[in-house]
Amino acid sequence: MPRMNMIQALNSALDIKLATDPDTLIFGEDVGYFGGVFRVTEGLQQKHGVTRCFDAPISEGGIVATAIGMGAYGLRPIVEIQFADYILPAYDQLVSEASRLRYRSNSEFWCPITVRSPYGGGIFGGQTHSQSPEAIFAHVTGLKTVIPSNPYDAKGLLLASIEEDDPVIFLEPKRIYNGPFDGHYDKPLKTWAEHPAGEVPAGHYTVPLGSAAIVRPGKEVTVLAYGTMVHVSAAAIKETGVDAELIDLRSIVPLDIDTIVESVKKTGRCVIVHEASRYGGFGGELSALVQERCFYHLRAPIERVCGWDTPYPHAFEWDYFPGPVRVGKALRHCVEAVA
Amino acid sequence: MTNRPPLSLHIPEPPARPGEAPDFSHIVVPLAGEMRRPDVTEAESAMRDMPYGLIRVLDDNHQAVGPWDPRLTSKALLHGLRAITLTRVFDDRMFRAHRQGKTSFYMKSLGEEAIGAAQAMVMGREDMCFPTYRMLSWLMAREYPLLDLCNQIYSNERDPLRGRQLPILYSARDYGFYSLSGNVGSRYGHAVGWAMASAFKGDDKIAIGHVGEGTTAEGDFHEALTFAAVYRAPVILCVTNNQWAISSYSGIAGAEQTTFAARALAYGIPGLRVDGNDFLAVYAATEWAAERARTNNGPTLIELFTYRASGHSTSDDPTRYRPDDEASKWPLGDPLERLKQHLITLRAWSEDQQEALVAELTDAIKAAAKQAEGVGTLGQSKPNVREMFEDVFKEPDWRIVEQRRELGV
Repeated sequence: MPRMNMIQALNSALDIKLATDPDTLIFGEDVGYFGGVFRVTEGLQQKHGVTRCFDAPISEGGIVATAIGMGAYGLRPIVEIQFADYILPAYDQLVSEASRLRYRSNSEFWCPITVRSPYGGGIFGGQTHSQSPEAIFAHVTGLKTVIPSNPYDAKGLLLASIEEDDPVIFLEPKRIYNGPFDGHYDKPLKTWAEHPAGEVPAGHYTVPLGSAAIVRPGKEVTVLAYGTMVHVSAAAIKETGVDAELIDLRSIVPLDIDTIVESVKKTGRCVIVHEASRYGGFGGELSALVQERCFYHLRAPIERVCGWDTPYPHAFEWDYFPGPVRVGKALRHCVEAVA
Repeated sequence: MTNRPPLSLHIPEPPARPGEAPDFSHIVVPLAGEMRRPDVTEAESAMRDMPYGLIRVLDDNHQAVGPWDPRLTSKALLHGLRAITLTRVFDDRMFRAHRQGKTSFYMKSLGEEAIGAAQAMVMGREDMCFPTYRMLSWLMAREYPLLDLCNQIYSNERDPLRGRQLPILYSARDYGFYSLSGNVGSRYGHAVGWAMASAFKGDDKIAIGHVGEGTTAEGDFHEALTFAAVYRAPVILCVTNNQWAISSYSGIAGAEQTTFAARALAYGIPGLRVDGNDFLAVYAATEWAAERARTNNGPTLIELFTYRASGHSTSDDPTRYRPDDEASKWPLGDPLERLKQHLITLRAWSEDQQEALVAELTDAIKAAAKQAEGVGTLGQSKPNVREMFEDVFKEPDWRIVEQRRELGV
């Protein structure tokens, strides 16, 4: 089986869709001739033609608006927002239009669009190249939000997202584009070549939306994570020796509630980990859901390890980023708690 | 502070406020037939005079004159007159229905009815209109069922939009009428994307999008024009300049400085400025832009110069911010009256026939309203509450299923 990093896996998914579905097309800033600032669309214009993969004006609102119109026509556009930090000019389009078009028109119109965007920190991106905006989409009825954590899932989830008839926000953790990152910034970089999820089938397959993955089974505590934090949590589990069950949510909406509830009922404890700031973050929703559904099984308060409630800083990258030390501390705290 | 003169902030003010005499002396009304009609293949750079003129066909004697005369048959003109009349009578009826508490909200198109009526006739059945909430005459020209309109306005059990939408925010795909939404401008770019999709597929359909002059200040306007120009999208982008955005006059949107049609120049798109109360001029300009789009010559921006003769909505009292007789002094007159007089001049119509038409349409509307009221008005009837949970996604996710059960449906 071929080995791919996340960029190659995403590129492979896009290549397959362009080759097999004439109603798909890709556009966004710098995605055409140049192949994207992260190389995700590299070679696609040359291979499939200029109208299938082309450059867009620097206008996130315009990119998403035109994609919605194309979706209403019957196409399946895949658009790129260069950084999730810059998706906000399109927020009105996503919230007021994409998410509601089907509902308000009684399914006369809908928009099967996929909005890809690199997100997350750990790259010294400062305030506008590091944010994790998933919670602002989770709160919007009618949008689906997907976040892969490895090349295999990235390709399968992207193919599933493109084939969805509902609008999907596809957030790509840019810190792990080239290799898994466990938060140990002082250690040598790893590549996906060593990681089992770096094995990616060349052909078409999907990872269904709304299915979480149990990355590591365990008995003492359930860890809920997604994106880069899956790898950080795995490192923390290994380093603390806590027998934690690590769940990669893979999609925020729809959420695989059954897998979460089953796990927490088994372990009786839950730690939620995300990069986004804590207050109003998606961890709050996860915590509420677990509390509502697993209250009588809980043996300790649910813990959240998140970014601080500050803008994402530059010099303080590793003070802000929820690394394995902070996650490990929460794990120990949670398993040692006595009711 | 230095000793330089103090700067002053300019706040545009309309020429007349309540209690003052209406003043339209700043509006230049060129003679009908004066504007040249360029070939649709002409380069934008050769048409830069167009956005500053005013395309008019019907003259003061109700004759169609000049190169923009679309030379319509009497039958077509009568179809337009019927749609305009129907819109007006329907608006009156539904405005009253609101005052009687039968619905929560209504918006009239009074004075702007020629626009949707003419454009619905020009555009093909496979084309798509991305309307504003003041485009009812499009649906009327295409004979959308009156009963469905009433049911939507009453949000009753037969509401085609299943009680989910505010009254008049229609969606009528089969009538080439895109789903409306309350937020302004956000569908302008959809029109461009829809047109790009048609071009991408090598189809022959085109799109037409609308905003009011107030909404040109939104970023969506700039985005749509940029994308339309960059990709030479087969789209017609319209600005209905009815002088008022709720209580703010067009100067607050930038009308003091230039015309709205002239905004096209900066994008390299032809800009036409049209007498919006002249059915023939609207028809001809739209036809020209449609032909330009269909022949891969790209988009056109059309400013439809008109006057919002009614209040903004049932929640608005225009006498609080403008002279109450301003509409009657509007120099471009009334679109219904002008088209009717033209047909009378052609000996194709008469005042008696118009009276009979109004009576016939009033009866039809009364019958439809009565039938809809039989189903129920707002609060008296509504679709099954299960409908509230449908169409959020193509298939409901567990949250929606659980919440539906929680409500006991």
